[in-house]
Amino acid sequence: MSEALVLDAIAAPEALEAPVGVAGAGLLSIARVGACGVIERVSAFDGALPAPELERRLLELGFVEGARIEVLEEGLFGRDPIAVRLDDTRVAIRRREAAAIEIRFDSQADA
Amino acid sequence: MTDTTLAPTRLALVGNPNTGKTALFNALTGSRQKVANYAGVTVERKEGVLTSPSGRVIHVLDLPGTYSLRARSPDEAVTRDAVLGRLAGETPPDVIVCVADATNLRLVLRLALELKQVGRPFVLALNMFDIAQRQGLRIDLEGLSREIGAPIVTTVATRKRGIEDLVLQAEALADSMPAGENVWHEPSAAEIRAAHGEAQRIMKAHVRPAERPDTWTSRIDRVLLHPVGGLLILSTVMFVMFQAVFAWATPVADLIEAGFVGLGGLVATVTPDGLLRSLLVDGLIAGVGSVLVFLPQILTVFFFILLLEDSGYMARAAFLMDRIMGSAGLHGRAFIPLLSSHACAIPGVMAARVIDQKHDRLTTILIAPLMTCSARIPVYTLIIGALIPRTTVWGFLNLQGLVMFGLYAAGILSGLLVAFVIRTLFWRTASEPFMMELPTYRWPDPENVLRNLWQRGMIFINRAGRIILPLMVLVWVLSTFPYPPEGATGPAIDYSFAGMIGHFIQPLLAPIGFNWQMSIALVPGMAAREVAVAALGTVYAVGDVEGAGQVALASILQTQWSLATGLSFLAWYVFAPQCVATLGVVKRETNGWLWPTVMFSYMFALAYLASLATYRGTVALGWG
Repeated sequence: MSEALVLDAIAAPEALEAPVGVAGAGLLSIARVGACGVIERVSAFDGALPAPELERRLLELGFVEGARIEVLEEGLFGRDPIAVRLDDTRVAIRRREAAAIEIRFDSQADA
Repeated sequence: MTDTTLAPTRLALVGNPNTGKTALFNALTGSRQKVANYAGVTVERKEGVLTSPSGRVIHVLDLPGTYSLRARSPDEAVTRDAVLGRLAGETPPDVIVCVADATNLRLVLRLALELKQVGRPFVLALNMFDIAQRQGLRIDLEGLSREIGAPIVTTVATRKRGIEDLVLQAEALADSMPAGENVWHEPSAAEIRAAHGEAQRIMKAHVRPAERPDTWTSRIDRVLLHPVGGLLILSTVMFVMFQAVFAWATPVADLIEAGFVGLGGLVATVTPDGLLRSLLVDGLIAGVGSVLVFLPQILTVFFFILLLEDSGYMARAAFLMDRIMGSAGLHGRAFIPLLSSHACAIPGVMAARVIDQKHDRLTTILIAPLMTCSARIPVYTLIIGALIPRTTVWGFLNLQGLVMFGLYAAGILSGLLVAFVIRTLFWRTASEPFMMELPTYRWPDPENVLRNLWQRGMIFINRAGRIILPLMVLVWVLSTFPYPPEGATGPAIDYSFAGMIGHFIQPLLAPIGFNWQMSIALVPGMAAREVAVAALGTVYAVGDVEGAGQVALASILQTQWSLATGLSFLAWYVFAPQCVATLGVVKRETNGWLWPTVMFSYMFALAYLASLATYRGTVALGWG
């Protein structure tokens, strides 16, 4: 998914009705509070930082394939930024950067 | 046996942020600490000394927190270079102490694996071990130690537990283990992933997850990070802080001021009239007083900041404000320095330390003096009282209050605008993504808070004071010399350097409606903005501007200033760079005269343009 597409999704709130409890892959940038799953892929794009740099920063903060993730809180304006539980830490991230993180969301049956 | 020829051992503390690294540093070195800057950079250098039970002198360096040796900010570059032993002007550490939060090992294990590559002996300190035990976290210390190839010590820094053991282990390492080969290089994404995998494997093998993990943090976050409730609570916290600055700090500051005035009066009675008395009373005592008068506000602001930092709330405040501040190109953490600047820009500029990224921090520092500080209030009230009619507009609004509000709003809006311009024109690519750990909530440790508060106060007095005091004396010299000639009729200041400068710059200020009295008042007004009121009193020869003097001055202004001139003067003071103390603190915080110069120039330009527009606009409307 391109960055532009993701940002469109952020701008249009209806696109935010994200897969809470719906099994399947999706980007962290469109996940809503309560969504949880496992990080499937971290693939950064060029933005404020060059892609390789963003990727390494995400990895260093613990956004790594296989880590368990749950969206805990979101901000007031544009539901941005978001606070997530990442294994046993809590991290705040803007939705723009969260678009680099692909999640395999838990199915409702598992939850 | 104590061997006096034993060379001092150097330890360096490295660890993730929020691991209690500074608490451990305090527990190790107590009050034997020194805070300075690293050569050539604005990163704060904290070093302490202790003497081990065996009599060895140990130097401890507290390095900035980091997740990786791959530096992303100037602070982290210092940590990397110190660990690698290539920091200019620093002796490489003999032993590295990797500080870990025992309840949160995953990320620090990856850092420990990086440290292993450096080849320097290191010891892993599992801090906050009491919390780990309470949570029922089981750590196989021997196995873990084998895997990372370093001894492990468990510590509870706030209770000074495990400190002796840590010193003992570090000493043993320094004696027995020579530095090995350094094979560290900046890891690629693939290598970071591999290291994560390795850390994960080590965790699985040697750490049993907590039986009773902390659930408080999540519960508190549900309230404090609530989109609406969270912002309301943050506003309340900020309101209390702002109130405290005015309610607690201002009376103390007034007391200090009165104390120095009293001291000046006392000295005046025992010294002969003349130059010496003037130098002592108006130059030195007033100068020292003008430095110390900021201390109550600085300590109050930092007291709150330290509580917010140590409890873990600061990261939440940044989270809540990120989107709002981000729209002006500022970091979420810029909020607190900017709010503090409404009391005084000096604690605000110092508080910008909470922002790690250099350009984010500089932007915040540059706009901090645009926030309406309390020193502008006397200027505003004098001019508004003298020239703005006390009428009611739209049925319920007091015009004077409305103008006051407008001046505050102008400060905030112009600050955000300047930040926006800086970020879109100059530091476009430097804007940092907002990503940060939200640490577990903890009770702040009183000893840590007090120690850090003490250090902030000393830094201000020692370093900023050394810049502010000479500047104050300079302003005094300018306003005092040369003396008026015999039989002079005008006020003495008219014949001084300040008077000459005032007359000299008057043609420059004429287009914005300033008369020569105002031009002169601007020179001593450099000392601090509120001094301009006293200076106006001096040039208009009303004497003391307290009480009756202020009324007298206001009525003089009423007859001598046009409305356009008054409004122009107000517009000037929204932007006026007239505070040597602020410039001195910016010099200290940015480690050079470049940024104070930039700040002075841009604020001077804005002040001039704003006054010009106000004056010309008002005259054009026929209110000149």
